[in-house]
Amino acid sequence: MKLRTNFVAATMLAGAVSAFSFLSAGAAQAQGALVVYCGVQEEWCRGMVNAFERETGIKVSMTRKSAGEVYAQVKAEAANPRADIWWGGTGDPHMQAAEEGLTVEYKSPKMGELQDWAVRQWEQSKGKTVGIYSGALGFGYNTELVKSKGIPEPKCWADLLTTKLKDEVQVADPNSSGTAYTLLATIIQLMGEEKGFDYLKAVHKNINQYTKSGAAPAKAMALGETTVGIAFMHDIVTMVVDKAPIKVVAPCEGTGYEIGSMSLIKGAKNLDNAKKFYDWALTPAAQKIGAETKSYQVPSNKATPVPPEAPKLADIKLINFDFAKYGSSDERKRLLSKWDNEVKNLPK
Amino acid sequence: MSRATLGWVVLGWIGYALLPWYGFDSAAIPSFSDYVVGGSGLVLGLRGGAWWLLPIIAPLLMALRPTFASSRHSDSDWLVASGVLGLALVLLQGFTIGLNGWTLDILKSLFGEPGPHQAGMGYGAALTSSAFLIVLCHGLAARGWCRGDAFVTSSIGVVMALIIVFVFFPVSTILGSAFADNKGNFAPLEFVTKFMDRSIWGLDCVTSDLRCGVAWNTLFLGVLVAFGTTLLGLAFALIATRTGFKYKKLLRVMSVLPIITPPFVIGLALILLFGRSGALSAALYEWFGVPRSRWIYGLPGVFIAQLLAFTPIAFLVLIGVVQGISPTLEEASQTLRAKSWTTFLTVTLPLMRPGLANAFLLGFVESLADFGNPLVLGGNYEVLSTKIFFAVVGAQQDQGRAAVLSIILLAFTLGAFWLQHAWLGKKVYTTVTGKGDAGIPLPLPRRVAAASYLTAIPWALFTVAVYAIIVIGGFVRSMGRDYTPTLDHYITAFRIEQADWGLYFSGSAWNSFFATVKVAALSAPLTAAIGLLTAYLLTRQRFSGQRAFEFGTLLSFAIPGTVVGVSYILAFNVPPIEITGTGFVLVMCFVFRNMPVGVRSGIATLSQIDKSLDEASLTLGARSFTTMRRIVLPLLRPAIVASLVYSFVRAMTAVSAVIFLVTAEYNMATTYIVGRVEAGEFGLAIAYSTALIFVMLIAIVAIQLAVGERRLGRRSASAHTSPVAVQATP
Repeated sequence: MKLRTNFVAATMLAGAVSAFSFLSAGAAQAQGALVVYCGVQEEWCRGMVNAFERETGIKVSMTRKSAGEVYAQVKAEAANPRADIWWGGTGDPHMQAAEEGLTVEYKSPKMGELQDWAVRQWEQSKGKTVGIYSGALGFGYNTELVKSKGIPEPKCWADLLTTKLKDEVQVADPNSSGTAYTLLATIIQLMGEEKGFDYLKAVHKNINQYTKSGAAPAKAMALGETTVGIAFMHDIVTMVVDKAPIKVVAPCEGTGYEIGSMSLIKGAKNLDNAKKFYDWALTPAAQKIGAETKSYQVPSNKATPVPPEAPKLADIKLINFDFAKYGSSDERKRLLSKWDNEVKNLPK
Repeated sequence: MSRATLGWVVLGWIGYALLPWYGFDSAAIPSFSDYVVGGSGLVLGLRGGAWWLLPIIAPLLMALRPTFASSRHSDSDWLVASGVLGLALVLLQGFTIGLNGWTLDILKSLFGEPGPHQAGMGYGAALTSSAFLIVLCHGLAARGWCRGDAFVTSSIGVVMALIIVFVFFPVSTILGSAFADNKGNFAPLEFVTKFMDRSIWGLDCVTSDLRCGVAWNTLFLGVLVAFGTTLLGLAFALIATRTGFKYKKLLRVMSVLPIITPPFVIGLALILLFGRSGALSAALYEWFGVPRSRWIYGLPGVFIAQLLAFTPIAFLVLIGVVQGISPTLEEASQTLRAKSWTTFLTVTLPLMRPGLANAFLLGFVESLADFGNPLVLGGNYEVLSTKIFFAVVGAQQDQGRAAVLSIILLAFTLGAFWLQHAWLGKKVYTTVTGKGDAGIPLPLPRRVAAASYLTAIPWALFTVAVYAIIVIGGFVRSMGRDYTPTLDHYITAFRIEQADWGLYFSGSAWNSFFATVKVAALSAPLTAAIGLLTAYLLTRQRFSGQRAFEFGTLLSFAIPGTVVGVSYILAFNVPPIEITGTGFVLVMCFVFRNMPVGVRSGIATLSQIDKSLDEASLTLGARSFTTMRRIVLPLLRPAIVASLVYSFVRAMTAVSAVIFLVTAEYNMATTYIVGRVEAGEFGLAIAYSTALIFVMLIAIVAIQLAVGERRLGRRSASAHTSPVAVQATP
């Protein structure tokens, strides 16, 4: 009996001790003066956090996840929010969170310094999310593969339909990737819904794989796994800077774009500090950190120097992207299930 | 009343009257005296306005009654009543009074909004609840449950409570959302439409070249992988135990390597080898003119990657079983003039059935739950686990759909579990008995040996090739494009600088590295202990609800990591149990996700050990705890090693479950690596993974040394090559 008790007690004690060390560690973390969920690449997140800590002395706890993951987490934590601010990541989940009341509105004194598209994003979300960077959709091709296969260099969306590119084009699956959903919405806005779907069905014959992640085609191109990849141009540029044999193309018909956004979480425990971060993140000093950490999106503050490697938005024919319509969850569900039924299940 | 029971009653009082009832409030740090006595349930109840804590005194007093007025007849009734009432009160107040007032609409309308509010439970509440539970179990034992063995009833109670809290509770919260629409309203019709979707059950691939539903894909892959891993695992296990193969040790290490490889890495290595611009594809193209193709993306790639990843699990399960088969039975068969092939077929193989069935089940379930490999290599071949992940985080953001898909995945797993039971039936597989067992394991029949060598050795060579790619990948600038040797990746990740005040770990990976090692080291022994205790209860004890209990232990394993992750947030982010953001939630997540392996290997090994060994020990006057420590545990060594190794490794390599649970402080190595892969920094990802592999190798060797080998009274198979040694053995 005694031995048994000892055994049970020892197990309990061990459990309690480990629980203690962890709970207290968790509590210490909760004292952190600002909790940021960051939706871009690790370096950029780190760079932002370090610069903000240096400037304000506020201790930041940052967690990096993809935009969809942050959205899922913010939604799951809605009853007892852990984060104060959600910085970065493509605009759709930010809009979705705004629609569902997971974030709160805020008007920063820096609003006047921002580009029109950033302000429009803010207006469409009723002040709940603001643009911090943007990037145009495009495609790229592996120059070595194009040369060895004797394919004419593609310049337009229409050029991707050539039979010479059979099984040579890669793009993400819009069900899993915001990038690919942007493509879907862009093509529909460019050509109209019916013709747009006809185009997507035609491209389907050349697609070798619908990847899960939006940036994956850029990597596959760099490795030579696919000849053409459709992705955000800044993601392709990152590969080019890394000396991959890739050329970036801004399609001649015009193209859509994403607006990376920032939102304040509803019920944030450190709202004042979150607002400080919000204002600071809209300044040129904060926005130029992106280019310093190899992310070549176009910053939203007019005064921020645009990185020389970044695709020039002025040279790109941008469509007037209707984020309110194509960001709404009903329209998105309708288009995605239509794409699923009419495009994805087609034979090649 | 026994002293142990009294001890627990005292602990219950300490938890209620001395320790803080609630967890830390994030707003302010209280002073020590405020926190310890002032924050206790009793003081808060009397002075702090937390009137709902006061009724808990009643069961605590009831538990004291047997101490002061002991009577043989009613003692156990008082204990049981106290435990039941205590637990009920704690749960009732915990679930009705939340962070922002009443949690139920009925209460809101009855007593007005917002009502009283409270934070998550702290140490006091945890201790008092555990005390109630143990008191209840002791009471039940006193009433004659489980032959009056309080150790057994308490163990069952504790394991069951843990499974309910950390498996059933979170899982039921998320499965509930299968029947709700996106706004949280009850909508059973939506469940039906989501469930019957063509993308899940479509059979178009049979009749045309269209794609089949994701459910069929998953099932097909799972069965294929389970067959493959069981076969390969058996080949490795036979070579390692029954042949005179020279490089057994090497084989063992190599077969274990894939299990300690972080996900994505095997997939990446396969792409770098077999992808269209992979090393091997390039060689084939240049030497033989084989056109480069993309065959690796899809079913073949995922199949190979999962075979690489899960064969070690089959091997670990089977080696214990093959070792445990008594040679006496085989010798008897030979004496009766059976040929060695007949013996193998009719004696050896049937005795391996529990092992084979367990290996098959684990392979199947692992394949179903695997997330990393289908993500990297799946191409257009979709499986449920990735589909679930993207239903949660993808552009659809449809949690209900994720829940529906999880239910299907769960049904498959449980089906496999049921089939395994049906196949094993009620036959007896005991081969380790107390009787002297002097037989020498027979050498394998020639064709079995040949088949084993033919499958195992090419596979081992293939593994070597994959790992060569992984090692090289960390030391070159960019695998596949630029083979300039470099140490940059390691320096970025693991730089250590000498600062004035000591060593400064400035590498970008250190933070997540330390957190991962800490969490893994904590969760491994807990997993093994709970897993083996459960296995012992399941095989050695009979109690009602045993099947349901066994099912509960498998449940968390069957559910894909993503769902577990989201469900843990939903369940544990609000009171009464508020533990998200801590390392504790990570540890618990790992313990209950990996426990089934401990349970399975424990059951497989235990069902071979004759119960008469325990009985002999009990007859000689040892208590059931002593018996467990001196007889059962030493014989369980292979299972202990398997579950320790597995849980440590899994804690270091799991991705999908933890992706929602990591915080800035507890960032895990794998989420960091996934981030690197997403950013296209394969070099850094591979370098970090290589470092993790080395840490895990060291840990495995340490575990092996610490636990030791099981010594059965048998001469080893290789002994017959040196007759002198045989003669020297008494």
